[in-house]
Amino acid sequence: MSLAIKPAPVKKSITVAAPPETAFRVFTAGLDRWWPRSHSIGEAPLKTAVLEPAVGGRWYGLLENGAEAEWGDVLAWEPPRRVLLAWRIGADWKFDPALLTEVEVTFTPDGAATRVELEHRLLENMGAAGEGARAQFDGEMGWGGLLALFAATLAETA
Amino acid sequence: MTYEAVAFTALSDPTRRRVLERLSRGPRAVGEIAAGLPVSRPAVSQHLKVLKEAGLVSDRQDGARRIYAIDPKGLGAMRAWLDQFWDVALAGLKAEIERAAAAEKDQDR
Repeated sequence: MSLAIKPAPVKKSITVAAPPETAFRVFTAGLDRWWPRSHSIGEAPLKTAVLEPAVGGRWYGLLENGAEAEWGDVLAWEPPRRVLLAWRIGADWKFDPALLTEVEVTFTPDGAATRVELEHRLLENMGAAGEGARAQFDGEMGWGGLLALFAATLAETA
Repeated sequence: MTYEAVAFTALSDPTRRRVLERLSRGPRAVGEIAAGLPVSRPAVSQHLKVLKEAGLVSDRQDGARRIYAIDPKGLGAMRAWLDQFWDVALAGLKAEIERAAAAEKDQDR
């Protein structure tokens, strides 16, 4: 049986009172100034968020313990209108260079403002690792019965 | 909010848990899910919307019907986490862009 149903991409849109050039520069070169600390996923607190400004450049976190937490790399670099990033962190929170999910961000002028649209897609590629995350979920939250039903469904549809 | 917490909140409602239990037996249209449940069909639609936003179920159009299913690859929790993550991130981004734009204006003066 084929798996026709995929998780929908995560789509977000905000309008900012700034030209696209400023918005693009803050998103990329200024990544560290806005990247959420509360959602850090590394083994140590995040010290600095870095995005290398070119196709093939990496984006990653420098951690308080001196380690680097890799997130992915730059797939398209079109200042000031578009940047496409590979997010290679699986549902098990580990960096996997073979995993591709895409974060596309576009900057469109809207009068004196800029519409910033973000799409995080290809989440279905996290599939295999998602199994691990779900098992952890079960252990920590104790939804045994429900998740057993989920697992049974997976067995039937896989 | 952690990704566990988002999905956990969505599952705090007993009707939503029953909806998920039905979907665990296979993809279903709203009418099939609502049949036999002690709530109205619009209420079931509302519960499905919450579950979808939490990333626990996905849907697809099949002719005139919309078919709901449990995320077949178990990604619901991760998707829910990312959905929250990007909300928080973009709120911070907006504030920082507008702070930078205001600073640039000051320099032009």
